[in-house]
Amino acid sequence: MLRYIYGNDLIHYPKLRDSMFRDRADQFKTRLNWAVTVDSDGQERDEYDDLNPLYVIWETPAGAHGGSMRLLPTTGPTMVNDHFSHLTGGGAITSPLIWECTRFCLARDAGQNVAGALMLAGGEIMHNFGIEHYVGVFDARMERIYRFIGSSPDIIGQQGEGRNRISVGLWEFTGDARAKVARRAGLSLAISELWFNRAFGHMQGDLVKSA
Amino acid sequence: MTVAPRLRLDPLLSALENATELAQIQGIIEDLRTLFGVDHMVYHWVSAAGDQYGCGTYSLDWKHRYLDKEYLRVDPVIQGCFQHFHPVDWKRLDWSGKAVRAFRQEAIEYGVGNQGYSVPVRGPNGQFALLTVSHTCDDDTWSDFTAKNRRDLILLAHYFNKKALDFEPDRSPEPSQPLSPREVDAITFLAMGYSRAQVAEALSISEHTLRVYIESARFKLGAMNTVHAVAKALSRGLIVV
Repeated sequence: MLRYIYGNDLIHYPKLRDSMFRDRADQFKTRLNWAVTVDSDGQERDEYDDLNPLYVIWETPAGAHGGSMRLLPTTGPTMVNDHFSHLTGGGAITSPLIWECTRFCLARDAGQNVAGALMLAGGEIMHNFGIEHYVGVFDARMERIYRFIGSSPDIIGQQGEGRNRISVGLWEFTGDARAKVARRAGLSLAISELWFNRAFGHMQGDLVKSA
Repeated sequence: MTVAPRLRLDPLLSALENATELAQIQGIIEDLRTLFGVDHMVYHWVSAAGDQYGCGTYSLDWKHRYLDKEYLRVDPVIQGCFQHFHPVDWKRLDWSGKAVRAFRQEAIEYGVGNQGYSVPVRGPNGQFALLTVSHTCDDDTWSDFTAKNRRDLILLAHYFNKKALDFEPDRSPEPSQPLSPREVDAITFLAMGYSRAQVAEALSISEHTLRVYIESARFKLGAMNTVHAVAKALSRGLIVV
């Protein structure tokens, strides 16, 4: 299932949290050899994890991390603006309507639908919160995966070659795209909405009547 | 409720940007409340230490009551928004606890309304604030209202907060973020009357990428829409046509 968890609430999901940060070490250090910091517990974290980001996490039936991404508003510090502005035309991309998506990570044994499910979650957030765009940093393998799930971003800048290539890209979603992404992820919009509401609260009927 | 007409929103935004004292902000938020056609609009700054500051249209009685009873500790809107950055329809919050139910009943008696929508803002160094609109109406009316206006409300929340930060004692105003070269290009072409498709083609970018540059430029310029953003960029001499 999809979970939406702010950093300060990860403490309530220790297994999910630890397996996410370990899978991130596995993806970004072991497989991609990015210059990331891995602690003595084999977990990868950076300074943006300290900013109370919103994590979207695919939880496996066993309760472990299957894939995840990390969201932050571009009105505060972001990886794209701090480290990749040379790839975005030389200045910050800043708006409360544009969120940054980074550390898009898939566990080694992740099912085929996990990347699509995470994309669908991104669509839910846009749809429900009025967010209009994501800007993201991702590796070469993710380019192929995004293409495979039918959610290729607009790439606005790249550095490096081959499997070492790092890209900055933009996503937006329309209502149509949301349904299409759901279909490709093998999920119904009803289930997706349920998971979203479990995290952010169900829309209860008239509050006066319930008060 | 009516959707805020753009033509009248822009002068209020300019007034907000040029405000030099708190009393002016209070007048602006009252006008915005009228413009959006809701019962209340409130800007509320809460520090990590629990200090509060704000302006808005709630009755004085309710403000005093809220402070006297330390409702900050009970209010699910504060609990639900603090440290977060997604906008919240009050219907998604947990109003089930006994103290919370009593708080809610009282808020309604004091005229806050049965509907609400709050936009949290994360400022620098852990600063936190909310912009809230509240109203009395049925659920369908409210969801229509929020769907139509949430974009403007999100931007307004940030513009109010920027101004509030400027008013902090011993604090120099946040420097305006410079437009990036790409944003300058995009706004310049728009100012010259090119269509979006033409601008995208001229800059060799997709229309989607262009929308992102325009969105970012709009926010940096403190504008609600593209026409306003172009006018501001021109008047500040940021673009030359």
